[in-house]
Amino acid sequence: MLQISLWKRVLIVGVCVLGIAYAAPNMFYARVEAHNDALAAAASNGFETEEQAAARAGWPDWLPSGLVNLGLDLRGGAQLLAEVQLADVYKARMDALWPELRSVLADERATVGAVRRAPSDTGTLRVQIGEPTAMARALELAATLATPVVSLSGIGQNDLAISAEGDQIVITLSDAEKAATDSRTMQQSLEIIRRRVDEVGTREPTIQRQGSDRILIQVPGIGSAEELKALIGTTAQLAFHPVISRGSNANAIAGVGEVIYPSIEEKGLYYTLDSVPVVTGEELTDALPDFDQNGSPAVAFRFNPAGARKFGEYTGANIGKLFAIVLDEEVISAPIIQSHIPGGSGIITGNFTVESSTNLAVLLRAGALPAKMTFLEERTIGPELGQDSIDAGSLAAMVGMVLVVVFMVASYGIFGVFASIALYINMALIFGILSLIGGTLTLPGIAGIVLTIGMAVDANVLVFERIREELRSARGPARAIELGYEKAMSAIVDANITTFITAVILFLVGSGPVRGFAVTLTVGIATSVFTAIFVTRLMMVFWFERRRPKTITV
Amino acid sequence: MAFRLKLVPEHTTINFFRWQAGTFGLSVLMVLVSIVLIVTMGLNFGIDFKGGTTIRTETTSAIDVAAYRAAVSPLNLGDITITEVFDPTFAADEHVAMIRIQAQSDAESATPEMVAAVEAAVQAVDPEVIFTSVESVGPKVSGELIQTALFAVLAANAAILFYIWLRFEWQYAVGAVAALVHDVVVTVGIFAALQLKFDLSIIAALLTILGYSINDTVVVFDRLRENLVKYKVMPLRDVMNISVNETLSRTVMTSGTTLVALITLLVLGGDVIRGFVFAMTWGVVVGTYSSVFVAKNVVLYLGVNREPKKPAPDPETEGFDAVP
Repeated sequence: MLQISLWKRVLIVGVCVLGIAYAAPNMFYARVEAHNDALAAAASNGFETEEQAAARAGWPDWLPSGLVNLGLDLRGGAQLLAEVQLADVYKARMDALWPELRSVLADERATVGAVRRAPSDTGTLRVQIGEPTAMARALELAATLATPVVSLSGIGQNDLAISAEGDQIVITLSDAEKAATDSRTMQQSLEIIRRRVDEVGTREPTIQRQGSDRILIQVPGIGSAEELKALIGTTAQLAFHPVISRGSNANAIAGVGEVIYPSIEEKGLYYTLDSVPVVTGEELTDALPDFDQNGSPAVAFRFNPAGARKFGEYTGANIGKLFAIVLDEEVISAPIIQSHIPGGSGIITGNFTVESSTNLAVLLRAGALPAKMTFLEERTIGPELGQDSIDAGSLAAMVGMVLVVVFMVASYGIFGVFASIALYINMALIFGILSLIGGTLTLPGIAGIVLTIGMAVDANVLVFERIREELRSARGPARAIELGYEKAMSAIVDANITTFITAVILFLVGSGPVRGFAVTLTVGIATSVFTAIFVTRLMMVFWFERRRPKTITV
Repeated sequence: MAFRLKLVPEHTTINFFRWQAGTFGLSVLMVLVSIVLIVTMGLNFGIDFKGGTTIRTETTSAIDVAAYRAAVSPLNLGDITITEVFDPTFAADEHVAMIRIQAQSDAESATPEMVAAVEAAVQAVDPEVIFTSVESVGPKVSGELIQTALFAVLAANAAILFYIWLRFEWQYAVGAVAALVHDVVVTVGIFAALQLKFDLSIIAALLTILGYSINDTVVVFDRLRENLVKYKVMPLRDVMNISVNETLSRTVMTSGTTLVALITLLVLGGDVIRGFVFAMTWGVVVGTYSSVFVAKNVVLYLGVNREPKKPAPDPETEGFDAVP
């Protein structure tokens, strides 16, 4: 009767102690945050300043130092929901294709006649030919410009969909190429935004893809959504410069018309470059990870017609020289020009791994945002408002808790005390789990916790009421407690599973603060069931074993 | 014997069906009135659902709403509402106003120029003013948010219907969902009646109410299921009365503690989440009412199959409590 095996007792107490240990850092939020920041800064810089050492000493290393993230509505900051105009890229591709197509068709002017670009929808290229009878030949010529799509789903498909309509050739991107382009455009946009936001170095920015063409950006601590827009809107400056010399002296004096930029890949290496770039990233249309003739990883790139001409002229005249690829005043790499590169597309070889070539391709593409973004939603929360909400929320939580405790103790006596202790452990477990999983606490989340305070006692109440009933039918106290738990179990389980279902739906469809609320609610359900079924019961058993009461009053 | 606070006497034999016409009728009436209110008065949708921009201002001197309006109206931004916010948690020199501006384009959120113009205009009236939050939602997103919200509420109802059907009988599932629909409609109704701001957080509150109300209903159903095995020949109506009476003490205790916590939050939690907390507080009251007066009435009307599905349970734990 009323037995809990030793290993279960150890397990229950262990979970509670762990929960309290993981929740503890949140009691000293500022100090632990300073400690964590100092650690992160030291890890990225490789050294530690005195201030950082002091901040680090503010919280012992051996204690858990995970914190509950504060949502934007509590910490203050800005949020943007951007929609990427994917069709912009189709248009750019078609505009770039037109000169190529024209020159191919011009070579066979005798058969196809004069060509002219006809007006068309965005993303479609319509070309009118002088000799409609030679359409078959014209389509053949156009087809030479198509290349196979490099993607898993699009194997065997070409990037262009070419058809004829009367005397017009109609060219659009094929569906496979559109899908591949879209995913590349999104990846690029995310990468650029991430780089831009990381530059300002705020804590835990969130940059997420949402749906097919949207990006959610949340940056805590930034002044306003306008600032954030300006930050994202700035394009990365990519340029190709002639290399004059290279060395290891960072302080060498640059001559007239020269600049000295450090190398990203090799620390301590500096390049002296001609300050006028040959071409800039604005003229780059694409870059992809690729392989060279020997099968080593490389990066393929493509310029627009103007860029292609300048690039071709320069490479033709400077074979064997170094050519520096510069991003934001840092040299990404400086390959040797192997040959004259006409046609505006080329390949960068070097000591690449598959990974580094992919990164470089992303960085190259990341030069400028590939497509325009429109902002569908923006929110700015000032830090004062966030602090007010934290203060109001925690005050309400504390007062609410005290009132609930008074209420419980008045109603159930010593059992109410057990339930109240379990309530505090429940709070600790919620914060412990949220810290552990890196959950985010939002203002509705605080409301969720307060609601949990009210509801957490529900399972206890169910059990206590049941014990009362069993006592009325004149059972011994131990038997009554046991039966109380047994019979209340199905109600507790069903009631909490249904609440859990709504919390999951809330999580799936909600975003931002609402999602934070769903997380707190879900965690709260789990911990309150645990504390009611195991923790309160264990306390009762301890008490019962010590006192061995002949009768009990619930 | 130690003192115990007893909100409900130890043994109650309230006939919850005595005022059946009144209570169930009241619920039906409230649902109908709510629907009429929602249709005729409409909801005061926040920018989450309607699109537009809200700017929250805070200053140390008293706010002259008319002066704000006069400053902002020359900007020709269409419909602008300015309201002062009062809250017991504000300090004496804390004056807060909300400026709400209708959506300016078909898809996008506010332009930086517009926000800057409004802020400059307000600052000209009161140089001390600071802008503690600026939120802007484009109509494109807000339309989708309404759909998502409706979907969420429907999906939650469907999931609960399915789960209760699985665990109990279909009659219980219908009864539970009738109670849930009642709770949601009546809660949305009071938002229409009082023209309170209805935004995304209210949807979260609605879903939480669903969770809470079903919690209450399930506890009663669970007891009903147990008692139906115990009292095999008693009329369904009487078994229901016994079940509600037996769980009444628990229902009142749990609603009591939850309401205590929620009311504390309502008073002390600040104005930002007041609408959200109000919806929850109201929902807990309505939800408690509906699990006692709506859910079981529907089940009574539909009837329950009382043929035992399983062999009789262990006699040691069953049949001890004789009918009083």
